Amino acid sequence: MWSFSHIANELHEWLSSIFNPTWTLVIEMVLAGVAVIGLFAALGLVLVLMERRVAAWIQIRLGPNRVGPQGLLQSLADTLKLIVKEGLTPSGADKLLFNVAPFIAMIVAMLLMAPIAFAKDFQLWDMNIGVLYVSAVSSIMVISILMAGWSSNNKYSLMGAMRSGAQIVSYELSAGLSILTIVVLTGSLQVSDIIHAQATGWWIFKGHLPVWIAFVTFIIAVTAETNRAPFDLAEAESELTAGFHTEYSGMKFALFFLAEYINVFIVCAIGATLFLGGWMPFHIGNWTQFNHVMDYIPSSIWFFGKTFFLIFLIMWFRWTFPRLRIDQLLNLEWKYLLPISMINLLLATAMAILGWHF
Amino acid sequence: MFIIKYIKEVYRGVKSLLVGMKRTLYYFTHHKEIITQQYPDNRDTLVMAERFKGEVVMPHNEKNEHRCTGCQACELACPNGTIKVVFKNELTPEGKKKKAIDKLVYHLELCTMCNLCVEACPSDAIKMAQTFEHSVFDRSELTKILNNPGSKIMDGVE
Repeated sequence: MWSFSHIANELHEWLSSIFNPTWTLVIEMVLAGVAVIGLFAALGLVLVLMERRVAAWIQIRLGPNRVGPQGLLQSLADTLKLIVKEGLTPSGADKLLFNVAPFIAMIVAMLLMAPIAFAKDFQLWDMNIGVLYVSAVSSIMVISILMAGWSSNNKYSLMGAMRSGAQIVSYELSAGLSILTIVVLTGSLQVSDIIHAQATGWWIFKGHLPVWIAFVTFIIAVTAETNRAPFDLAEAESELTAGFHTEYSGMKFALFFLAEYINVFIVCAIGATLFLGGWMPFHIGNWTQFNHVMDYIPSSIWFFGKTFFLIFLIMWFRWTFPRLRIDQLLNLEWKYLLPISMINLLLATAMAILGWHF
Repeated sequence: MFIIKYIKEVYRGVKSLLVGMKRTLYYFTHHKEIITQQYPDNRDTLVMAERFKGEVVMPHNEKNEHRCTGCQACELACPNGTIKVVFKNELTPEGKKKKAIDKLVYHLELCTMCNLCVEACPSDAIKMAQTFEHSVFDRSELTKILNNPGSKIMDGVE
């Protein structure tokens, strides 16, 4: 059968027959890096277009429809514009930090790609602490934002960065707790174990109430962590010009912009893996016929379908809800999400011990 | 009790968010409600709203006659000096001198489409048109003379 894992194995065997194991590993790493960068570029183009279309339809508009057929080349044209623009560095800025910050944002996004299972047996690195790794690395993201805000030497940038810091540090907690709910139910931090535990049914169906609450908390927390509306206080166009990336232009701005969309993709991929079964097809109990039909749909389509469903959900939030004020934002986390997810974790633990899930 | 109030707040919050999401999902799935006009493409079929005001015009009948008596009510009503009435003297058939308008000068570049001149006009000589493609290359083209050359006042309008 034609699948990603098949291609990967063929490539590995072919490389092994030519080079010794060390060089094979080096070449495979380079190939993986190129593939990830390629995926980033493709995701950037697709997600920007998708966002603009979803936004337009929600606001009863048409969206981009002039460049190329149905406006499909719009984001390509925008990218071209950003590439040819000059990347200014303000004279009062801390030059090194200012120029390094966008790359840190991208590197964090690249690191987060490692434990994501894109299809059956197709994963860059299936480490035994996969989920912990994701929540640890994703908090490095705030460093790039703080760096950009501080080095710009601009009050708007600094305020945006500080807000972003407060926001990410707070929402990391409830995101972590909702991830823990699934870890408790599965009994493993390894991504492949979590996916295999959902072979008989996704956690969102098997785990009923506690997992539903955890799912809602997770979606709210990751929307805040990726700095997207209604939690986009770090940018807050109406108050802070553009927040932490006020001083950025050209390709350096594009990297921040791309990193935002890549992060949305990554958190949605993690959400799909934890709650919606990753690449696992949709199975209903004993309906063997139905299950067989579902198995025929390739695993990568399942994964991307679920991920894009969650991305749509986050875009839907963005174009429906107004932005929160900073005190409302912190109230929501510390007074509502955190207590609820703590009690929920207790409930999930009791459920896992007593075997109340299906 | 605190806990009941807390649960009520969470319930009310979630409910109001869901109401908002339901509305946006409705718009997302109902494309026939889209209000965007694809302007240069649909120029021939474009229908303007009835209340839209584009510029001041003076209607003439087929004998090249207008209804303007030159009373200057519009000039007085205009808040920013958009309209100027220029007079000439005409001879009536009986040989008397009669005041009539020579030109009604209208500065489109100053006009705010407030409709006060149209409301001030006692003889309904001017009205608002729905044209809106007013871009020109030279500013002087925006200064318009509303009465046609050689036109005169309609019989019976005093």
